[in-house]
Amino acid sequence: MNKRFNTPGGRVFDAFNYVFLGLFGLVTVLPFLYIIGNSFATEAEITARSFFLIPKEFSMSAYQYIFSSSTIFRSIGNSIFITVAGTFVNLLFTLTMAYPLSRKDFWGRNVVMNLVIFSMLFGGGMIPTYLVIRGLGLLDSYWALILPGAIGAFNLIVVKNFFQELPAGLEEAARIDGCTDIGVLWRIVLPLSKPVIATFALFYAVGHWNNFFSALLYLTDSAKWPLQIMLRQIVLLSQGTVGDMANLDQNFVQPPEQAIKMAVIVVGTIPILIVYPFLQKHFAKGVLLGSIKG
Amino acid sequence: MTKAEAKQKARKRWLAQLKRNKWLYVLLAPGLLYFLIFKYAPMWGVIIAFQDYQPFLGIRDSQWVGFDNFTTFFQNPDFFRLLRNTLILAVYDLIFFFPAPILVALLLNEVTKSWFKRTIQTLVYVPHFVSMVIIASITYVFLTPNGGVLYELIAQVTGRPVDVLSNPDSFRPLIIIQMLWKEVGWGTIIFLAALAGVDMEQYEAAIVDGAGRMRRIWHITLPAIRNTIIILLILRLGNFMDTGFEQIYLMTNSLNREVADVFDTYVYQVGITQGAFSYSTAVGLFKSLIGIVLILGANKLAKKFGHSGIY
Repeated sequence: MNKRFNTPGGRVFDAFNYVFLGLFGLVTVLPFLYIIGNSFATEAEITARSFFLIPKEFSMSAYQYIFSSSTIFRSIGNSIFITVAGTFVNLLFTLTMAYPLSRKDFWGRNVVMNLVIFSMLFGGGMIPTYLVIRGLGLLDSYWALILPGAIGAFNLIVVKNFFQELPAGLEEAARIDGCTDIGVLWRIVLPLSKPVIATFALFYAVGHWNNFFSALLYLTDSAKWPLQIMLRQIVLLSQGTVGDMANLDQNFVQPPEQAIKMAVIVVGTIPILIVYPFLQKHFAKGVLLGSIKG
Repeated sequence: MTKAEAKQKARKRWLAQLKRNKWLYVLLAPGLLYFLIFKYAPMWGVIIAFQDYQPFLGIRDSQWVGFDNFTTFFQNPDFFRLLRNTLILAVYDLIFFFPAPILVALLLNEVTKSWFKRTIQTLVYVPHFVSMVIIASITYVFLTPNGGVLYELIAQVTGRPVDVLSNPDSFRPLIIIQMLWKEVGWGTIIFLAALAGVDMEQYEAAIVDGAGRMRRIWHITLPAIRNTIIILLILRLGNFMDTGFEQIYLMTNSLNREVADVFDTYVYQVGITQGAFSYSTAVGLFKSLIGIVLILGANKLAKKFGHSGIY
């Protein structure tokens, strides 16, 4: 706390504390820096040198390979499509549902809210959910990765609470001017909620980009595989010693070189690193909002 | 006013608001359908745990078998192995992972240089946003016996090469270390938020009373986050049996399967890849029921000790 009151013991504590936290921070970023650095190295340098962050000889060949391999390239395209379409569906469903629930004169809002909250406490589990998706004919369709997660219950509640806090007068005025409820949502509520919408768009997008589980469950058609599944094929299953070679898909390429593995990891992480500064601005607030309510 | 009249009036009011708010109901419809189809239909589907479910017959015509699927599971030698693996991982998680963010938050809270605090926070939050596949991939690249940096470091330090990835003894520590690396930083957020609300005058008063650094942490900082700790502990107990499907699944290989298999991966294995829908649903249901019992029990316990609990 206050410097003036620091004892010798406190100074030792401080020194230890700064060193410890500094190391913790370092341990967090080093693996990323190592992977990024090595992805630009030649295979010869990776085999020859044990640990380095900056390659002596800069090479793009791993990335050239990725973008020339049709399977990897296609999976990147799949991931981008799923992320964009999925986030759009998420926002559409979440915002349209949150608005009626935020209106106090809306009959049935309590019933629906309880329905939502109960779904957070108890779920059907993996197999019944799978059977529903299969029953709807969504297996092997991109929709199986988008629709089942269309609304995050927690996100819905946060957005609903945000809408409730907006000044009621503006909405009243718009309605007197002849706006329908949809008009009020579109012209008044949404423009006022841009920061919240941006936050949840980012959260949803990160979720879609990182999603591995749904693709594993619902997609057997390798042409539709997102990058996360591809990443597992390339890095984890090509491990030789692991003995899971039988799991390899037949259209899998040669056991890739180290640099290529690193480069695929980088491609799988880059979007997160790009949106992270934007995310970071908002997430502390989002978490706080939820935790105080909890 | 008679009862019937009141009823009719209420109905009229309801119809009026229905008409006035018709667009709100239109807006609500897609979301409501989503919850009914993707959340409530699976809840109803849980009843196949008590059936011999045949996909072509459907839930209505499949044969009822009572608790047969459950007894089959309990008599299966896999049951104890799964229970053991799941419980050990859960206990490890509680002992090694749960306190870590609290400790780091306490340390971060003692940092006076705000640029340092902010930088460290920014760095340690990052892995939370990275997918489990990336985390597993990084682990593999670092620990592979084919020239992984950490593999070679361990070999040099201990004098003998250890293949951590396929060694059953190192599976659990590996899982916990991954979790620590990925989520500890993120876990501090909620505690730091609770600490931001502590009145500075309390610290000043303690200093005047001659309290040293440790005493201030013990008597002011820790009590300030006690409720947050208890709520998170209850929530954690509710998910006690959830071991993180993706992580376990990705780190499992044919050599460490004996210690790696947990309820979640078993449900996937038997249900999805082998098509035993009823049986695996029963396993999943058994797991959720234990979770519900644990969360109710923990909450009751917390209330007994004078804390608010979560509901």
